[in-house]
Amino acid sequence: MIYIQLFLAFFIPGIVGYGGGPASIPLVENEVVNRYGWMTTSEFSEVLALGNALPGPITTKMAGYIGFEVGGILGAAVAIFATVGPSLLLMIVLLRMIYRFKDSPKVKMLSKIILPAIAILMGKLAYDFFQTSYLSNGLWETFFIVIISLLLLEKWKVHPAFVIAGGLAFGAIFLS
Amino acid sequence: MRIQLNIFIAFFRSGMLGFGGGPAVIPLVYKEVVDTYKWMNDQEFSDVLALGNALPGPIITKMAGYIGYRVAGLWGMVTALIATVIPSFILMLILLTSFNQFKDNGKIQGMTNAVIPIVGVMLAVLTWQFMKNAKDGLGWKIGALILIVSFILMEVLNMHPGIVIGLLLAVALLTPRKKKGSKLKDEESAVL
Repeated sequence: MIYIQLFLAFFIPGIVGYGGGPASIPLVENEVVNRYGWMTTSEFSEVLALGNALPGPITTKMAGYIGFEVGGILGAAVAIFATVGPSLLLMIVLLRMIYRFKDSPKVKMLSKIILPAIAILMGKLAYDFFQTSYLSNGLWETFFIVIISLLLLEKWKVHPAFVIAGGLAFGAIFLS
Repeated sequence: MRIQLNIFIAFFRSGMLGFGGGPAVIPLVYKEVVDTYKWMNDQEFSDVLALGNALPGPIITKMAGYIGYRVAGLWGMVTALIATVIPSFILMLILLTSFNQFKDNGKIQGMTNAVIPIVGVMLAVLTWQFMKNAKDGLGWKIGALILIVSFILMEVLNMHPGIVIGLLLAVALLTPRKKKGSKLKDEESAVL
């Protein structure tokens, strides 16, 4: 029974939440706090805060942790599956349909015409990250990290893993 | 087996390095899938990204699952999902259940904060890359026109990206072939 509730609690935000994982967080909160009462608002925001501080996708971390709290390992598996499974299935079915017609000139046109929109979406994300950094690190710190990492990544072609590791060390020493 | 290992490494690395949630993982996945392992080209990657944006649910797991599936079938999908989701989940579980003091630790906050602008740079580079591809594929006039129109629709009028992508796809399907088809360089166009 608890597993059905867990499934529904994460299936609904996953399938209704357009705009990626972060967009579905308020919907998850509504299910977890208001509908099922598994957590209080402050517990939920603690989990969210830690989820934000750790690497990787946030929604699945939250689903996994909340599922684990409510129903153990199986609960975690159910919650993660409900978050990830349905929309992935839709994606695979649609892309396979497109792939079948990949040689048609119209389908070729499809994948060119969306490029500018994707560029805008990426640009907006970049802007959001810069703004978050500006608000939490300040202007000059952000500017400094941006210039250094741009040089490392693009001019000297350093692998992102090393740049991020450098960033973590810098943050631990100078930004805490 | 080798391919499963590569899939695991690609998505494990991008998951563990992406600070700032799913979107932060996108440029890292791009790096692995397009640059390191060459499982897809730019165009195919942007198709996956576009459809991922147009469908509901978390984007990065949709991308990981699909790319894993493309590269190595059902098991590839499972491997990619496990590598994306499980390591950070276990980290979260350990921190929340045993080291409760960690969440107030300023050092962790500072570390995360320092990585956010680095991710911003990677996203900006990817933005530039997509604009260049748009110019190469559509010509700079049509490319710029669509760029401006999508900016106005999404950022000024706050229309949902899924709707904008849907509109663009409709335009591509309804436009007569001859006009644009003749301008395209065919060897560059590859759809999934």
